[in-house]
Amino acid sequence: MAETVLPNPSIEIAVTPTMHHEGPMLRNFRAMLMVWRRDIIRLFRMPTRIITGIAQPLLFLFVLGAGLESAIGSKGAAGVDYQQYLFPGILAMSVLTSALFSAIAIVWDREFGFLREMLVAPVRRSTLVLGKALGGGSVSVIQGLVLVILAPIIGVSFTVSSFFEMLGLLLLLAFSLTAFGIVIASRMQRMESFQMVMALVLQPMLFLSGAIFPLDALPGWLTVVTRLNPATYGVDAIRRTILPQSTPLELFGGVVPIWLDAVITFGFGVAMLVLAVKLFGKTE
Amino acid sequence: MAEPAVEVQSLYKTFGDFHAVNDVSFSVAPGELFGFLGPNGAGKTTTISILCTLLKLSAGSARVAGYDVVTQSSQVRSSIGLVFQDITLDDYLTGAENLKFHAVLYGCPPSQVKERTAPLLEMVGLVDRADQQVRFYSGGMKRRLEIARGLLHAPSVLFLDEPTIGLDPQTRLHIWDYVDELRVRESTTMFLTTHYMDEAERCDRIAIIDQGRIVAIDTPDALKASVGTDVVTIETADDAAARVQVRESLGVEGDLTDDGLRFKVADGEAFVPRLFDRLETGVRSVNVRRPSLDDVFIEYTGRDIRDADVNAGDQMRASPMIRGFRKN
Repeated sequence: MAETVLPNPSIEIAVTPTMHHEGPMLRNFRAMLMVWRRDIIRLFRMPTRIITGIAQPLLFLFVLGAGLESAIGSKGAAGVDYQQYLFPGILAMSVLTSALFSAIAIVWDREFGFLREMLVAPVRRSTLVLGKALGGGSVSVIQGLVLVILAPIIGVSFTVSSFFEMLGLLLLLAFSLTAFGIVIASRMQRMESFQMVMALVLQPMLFLSGAIFPLDALPGWLTVVTRLNPATYGVDAIRRTILPQSTPLELFGGVVPIWLDAVITFGFGVAMLVLAVKLFGKTE
Repeated sequence: MAEPAVEVQSLYKTFGDFHAVNDVSFSVAPGELFGFLGPNGAGKTTTISILCTLLKLSAGSARVAGYDVVTQSSQVRSSIGLVFQDITLDDYLTGAENLKFHAVLYGCPPSQVKERTAPLLEMVGLVDRADQQVRFYSGGMKRRLEIARGLLHAPSVLFLDEPTIGLDPQTRLHIWDYVDELRVRESTTMFLTTHYMDEAERCDRIAIIDQGRIVAIDTPDALKASVGTDVVTIETADDAAARVQVRESLGVEGDLTDDGLRFKVADGEAFVPRLFDRLETGVRSVNVRRPSLDDVFIEYTGRDIRDADVNAGDQMRASPMIRGFRKN
């Protein structure tokens, strides 16, 4: 075997039995950034992930969008042209998909042992979960931003402020959904369950969020379900930021302000984080 | 006397009504290479997982590097290094990035990490491959990187859970060369589990663990001596006549075998000169064999370690520890 190398007795290793470890605050903070950075590095090492991450949204935008637009005609959706209506929807869709996917990568880490390397380190569970939520969130937003390039093609334009507002909201939505994904991943033992998660969680969440069709004239029971969907509020905020003329989401007969959308999304994310820390904190 | 590096008292771990670890007590001195020898499913990994704070103990107490594994788990984690049975590297990170990740999680200051990373990489022969993603490494390279990583934060106790399992004999030997080197250079306490006899031989002391209990604990030599008998085999011109002579003059009963005349005696080397004194038959060859750890294992557990390995009921002992981290 070519790569087996005999120990080289001439190397001196500094004996540092008194390595001064950093205090818990600094250590946990740096550890959180490191967990975040790992996700970013991995994204760029797997460029196919970016492609598969945007393939489905593109299909929705240009195939489903164009097809339905011709059926709906000039009526549009929620006061705007259907393809334009769909654009924020597919941004949210891309973020939703990759946020859940990043979180569920924890199951891979478990299968390949890397999770244990993290769990046995002298850092808090909350540090790891927060780092992971930030990492998954950032990765999702990077993927989502690839789609923003297409905005001019379908006649959507941004101002500097609306762009950054959208960016912030995307980040918020991605962070919350990654936290939600971590909760799912903590209860998942095998990667085979991934298909089930996609079918039972991702797709219903997506279809009932207002990403594909407007939520203002639905049958009663569907209205209730869409309002219970935490993704609905993030999608609504993103759409109204990009398309201010579109019909806003209504709740209990009143219009939901964008700030409330953001608060609900954030609140959901924090709740999921707390739950995720609890579920991961368990040692047998 | 210095505080023990590892101290375990009446440790129990129960899964349902199954005793994976059953009243285990031992202590490991600082700088010692201590081995847990036992078949798969004997409770080795369960014990190590408790010491590493990955599993909760059911009863008893355990201290590692002076810290209690239950109440001071964070301090324990800072003081130990781990090399697991299965690879726990990120395949899509480079070797250097895996080390960096580890250093940050263990709170090592960047300046000291730099100082330590280069020589550690050099020692495990991975300097040239440090910037390559781990998925392009061979199994042996991954293991070597893990050993370097386990030592990066200068732990006072390094746990090696079957560090050479699944590796070819040559790579196993090289890994051991590194481990021996490290003991000299870093004076790290090493706690090893293995079911290879030749690896157990290298330990300062070993504990033989079977079905959740320690059945014997001592230095390899003392354990072998405790079996009591060396095996002395002689070939003579007339084995049958020699057998009678020895019986009458020394009171030792020999067995006639295909290999020659065989005696089981406490101290083989002292027995040989006495034998030569009394024998009137010409001796063609003499062979003195000490009992091996295989003999020791059979003596204490009543079965061969390889037979014990495939005992299906014992497999249950191994799996609960893995549950929650990894599914096989």
